This record gives sequence, structure tokens and C-alpha cells, in this order.
Amino acid sequence: MTQTLDRERAVPASVGLLWRVIPPGLYGGKASVLVERAAVVNRRAWFVLVGGAFEPMLFLWSLGLGFGQMVSAVTGPDGQPISYAAFVAPALLAASAMNGAVYDATFNVFFKFKYLKLYDAMLATPMGPMDIAIGEIAWALLRGGLYSAGFLAVMLGMGLIVSPWALLALPVALLVAFAFAAVGMAATTFMRSWQDFDLVQLAVLPLFLFSTTFYPLSVYPGWLQAVVSWTPLYHAIELMRGLTLGVVGWGMLGHVAYFAVMAAVGTVVASRRLGKLLLG
Amino acid sequence: MQTLKASWYGFEKHWTWYRRNWRATVVSSFLTPVLFLLALGFGFGSQVRSTELLGGMSYLQYLAPALVVITALQGATFESTYAIMSAFMWQKTYIGMVATPITPAQVLYGQVMWIGSQLLARSAVFVVIAAVLGAAAGPGILWAIPFGALAGLAFSAPLIAYSARLEKPDSFTTIFRFVLMPMTLFTGAFFPVSQLPEWLLPVVWLTPAWHGIELARGAAAGTLGALPALGHVAYLVALSAAGLALGVKYFRRRLAV
Repeated sequence: MTQTLDRERAVPASVGLLWRVIPPGLYGGKASVLVERAAVVNRRAWFVLVGGAFEPMLFLWSLGLGFGQMVSAVTGPDGQPISYAAFVAPALLAASAMNGAVYDATFNVFFKFKYLKLYDAMLATPMGPMDIAIGEIAWALLRGGLYSAGFLAVMLGMGLIVSPWALLALPVALLVAFAFAAVGMAATTFMRSWQDFDLVQLAVLPLFLFSTTFYPLSVYPGWLQAVVSWTPLYHAIELMRGLTLGVVGWGMLGHVAYFAVMAAVGTVVASRRLGKLLLG
Repeated sequence: MQTLKASWYGFEKHWTWYRRNWRATVVSSFLTPVLFLLALGFGFGSQVRSTELLGGMSYLQYLAPALVVITALQGATFESTYAIMSAFMWQKTYIGMVATPITPAQVLYGQVMWIGSQLLARSAVFVVIAAVLGAAAGPGILWAIPFGALAGLAFSAPLIAYSARLEKPDSFTTIFRFVLMPMTLFTGAFFPVSQLPEWLLPVVWLTPAWHGIELARGAAAGTLGALPALGHVAYLVALSAAGLALGVKYFRRRLAV
């Protein structure tokens, strides 16, 4: 990685007619530069970076080892009883994809935006707000993908993966993380101070705790089941459980569509808002 | 007398700030533990069929007193890391305080008094909420208030001493991840430590969390013997005292005029 400015590459690349016409000035095809910057910045913080994988694994160990002894078996997605560890592990995978993405896209972005004034600096270059949105999300995904892959490897080692469909769990984890990162980033653009981050906590923690992560949906009374089945993490958990346990059906495309819409809406809102805040 | 008065000024400083900004702490200090109690106590608890391992208590009642202790420990961790570093380096409150007749040791005492009283208040609120939700096995759960605060303090004091030596906040993430997190998950709050592999137990016995949980849960269930109680309390007091002594040393060194 070169430290000096590379004049050759600083010239805007050909970005295609479509991007040049709509939306004007929003995208300069330079999102990868932001990812490169993140890699350089985190070169010395690799321990913190890798340590992030540790948390869901501790949870898994604790839940499988301790909780599992108190619960003999839970009902799996196909109605068959499964071990508690096999029930909880895919849910933790989904939850950690959400947590990582949301924290990256809110706290980190807010700090860079408000205090480092990093994005102001970036906009003084051929980069546009959409480069920033895409670049930040891409970095969050790289990180999240690393954690998810590690977690899946641990699950495999513990014998919690019984189906080759689990290979799809990694791309699905990335899609889930993308959707949460995009929405988180869009939300960040509306925040005024650190106090507003309590609201992030207020959204993420109940999602983590109540989206059938630790116990099946049947625990809830009927109306609450309906509410929970509309929340995003529930869909991610359903996908993960189905894939790792090999219970796959066409209905899963519905869950995938949920996240595709969430990701698209989040990205558009985030880049529009960033553009407004930084350029407007 | 002088020391007490000077430390009280330090305490008052925090209280003045808190009176204006308490809203910001509501989510992290009160709502989070309640949500955990609801999800794990009721939701996960409904899946626990055999309560033999739990000594016949329902999972909700088993969890509640331990969760008081865990909440106190988590609160103590945050209050003893970034907040301390900030007072030294970013806000420089401590620097301002020692410019008055208050000594570095008194600055520390005031800080610890504040953390202790906050831990008491948080634990008390949580115990009341738990009791309302039917998570109290008996009136003994009231003991979780002082025991939670004591366990929190036993972790807080050494941590303050540690934070007082640091120049960068980088290692805080490591503490949250590799000390606080395992201590939350593996010291008997969510499941009995008898489920853990044998070799891990000596490590568990070193943690303030385990002693606090033994105390709080034993008192709530009414199974706490006088002698073990004394032992646990003594250990926690010793940890707090050792941390405080170290803290005085590092505060003096860093705030030397």
C-alpha cells in the first residue's frame, strides 16, 4: 500500500453512463479507497479486530455447555427435537451478524462523521456520499464475514452442522449484515449526540433477546408471535436454523427478500442523507 | 474527618452532574437488566423442565439475584474504565480537583464512594423490579442489593487502579471481551458452575462475580450459611481494599503536584 498520493489513480475512473446521469455527484466509483483506508488504520489493531470473533463463541460455549444441561431438547424447524446447542448456535450466528454490523455502522460512522470529520475530507476528493456509504458497509461486511466464517468453523467442529446447505449460511450472514449496516447507517445520519445511541441499544438488545434466539416462538402468546415474526432478526434466525439443520424450502426466499428490501432502502436513505448533510 | 469531607466534595461533583444527566443512563443501567430478566427468566426459563440442578427453584428465581450481581459488575466496569481515563486525560476533572486542597487519595475516595452508591441504587431498583415480576424466591433477595454493590466494588477498585496507569483506552475492549464477558457467562449466573469442566473452577473462584452470586443467591433462597457468607464477604472486602490501596498509589503518582 503506497502512502503517497497516486496521481494516476486519483483521476476519476470511467463510471458508466448510468452513474454519471443519475444520481449526479453521488457516486464516483471510489468506494474501495475507503476500504483500503480502513485496512491501513486497523493494521495495528488486529487483536481487537480478531477478538470480536471471541464473543459469540463464548456465548455458544456457555449456552451449549451450561444451558444445554437444563434443557433436554427443543423443537427444531421441522418439528423434530434437536439439541439446545444446535438450536441456539445458528441464532447466535445471525445475532452476531446483526450486532457487528449495527455497531460498525452507528458508533464508528458517527465518530468519523462528527468528530474526525473524515467524510468531509473524503468529499474533497473525487469520492461522493455513495462511495462513503458503500465503502463503510463493505468494510463492515469484510469484518462480519470473517467472524461468521470463524463461527461456522467452530459450529462444524462441534458437530452442529448437519447439512451441506450450511455453505449458504455465510453469504446469508453477509446479506443480513449488509441490511443491518445499511439501516444502521441511515439511522446514524439522523443522530445528534451520543445520547441518541441509547436508542440504538434500545432497538438492538430487544431484537437480540426476544427474536427466538434463546427459545422457540411458541413461548409467546399468539399476538406476540405475530409481532416477533415481523422483526428482522427473527427472519435471519429462521434462515440460519433452516440452513444449518438442512430444513430448506421455497419459503426461505421470503426471508431473503425481506433483507434485500431492507438493504436497498437503507443504502438509498443513507447515501441521500449523507449527501444532504455533507454537501447540502 | 478532613478526608471524609474532601471526598464528599468529589462525590458531590458526580451527583451534581448526575442530577442533570441521569436520563442518559436509564437504558444501560435499568432497562438492560430487566430485558435480560424477561428474555432469559421467562422465555428461556419456560424451556427448563427439570429444576433439580437449580436446587428446586424456578429458573426465574434462580436467575434474578445473580443478575443483580452481574448488572452491578457491568456497571462497575464501565464506571472504572473510560470514566476514569476521561477524568485524567480528556475532561481533566481530577487535575482540576487536585488544584484545590483535595489530595489525590481523596479524589479516589470520592470516586469510589460515588461508584459504590450508584451500584447500590442500581441494584435496589433492579431488585424492586424483579420482585414485582415475581422473581423473588423470598425476602432474602433484598440482600442482593448490598452483595451486588460489594461485588461490583471488589471489581471496580482494582480496575480503577489499572485505569489510572493507562495512557490509551485500547486495552479496555480487551477487558470487556476477555474478562467481563467470560465472568458474566461462566461464574454461575445463568447455570450452576458444577456444569463447568473441573480445571476451570479455580479460575471461577477467583472472580468477584462468583462470590457475589453465591452470596446473593444463597440469601435469596435462604440457604446461605454464616461461615461461607463470612468467607465470601471477606474475600470481596479484601479485593476492594487491595484495589483501593493500589489506586491511592497510582493516583498519587499521576496527580503529583
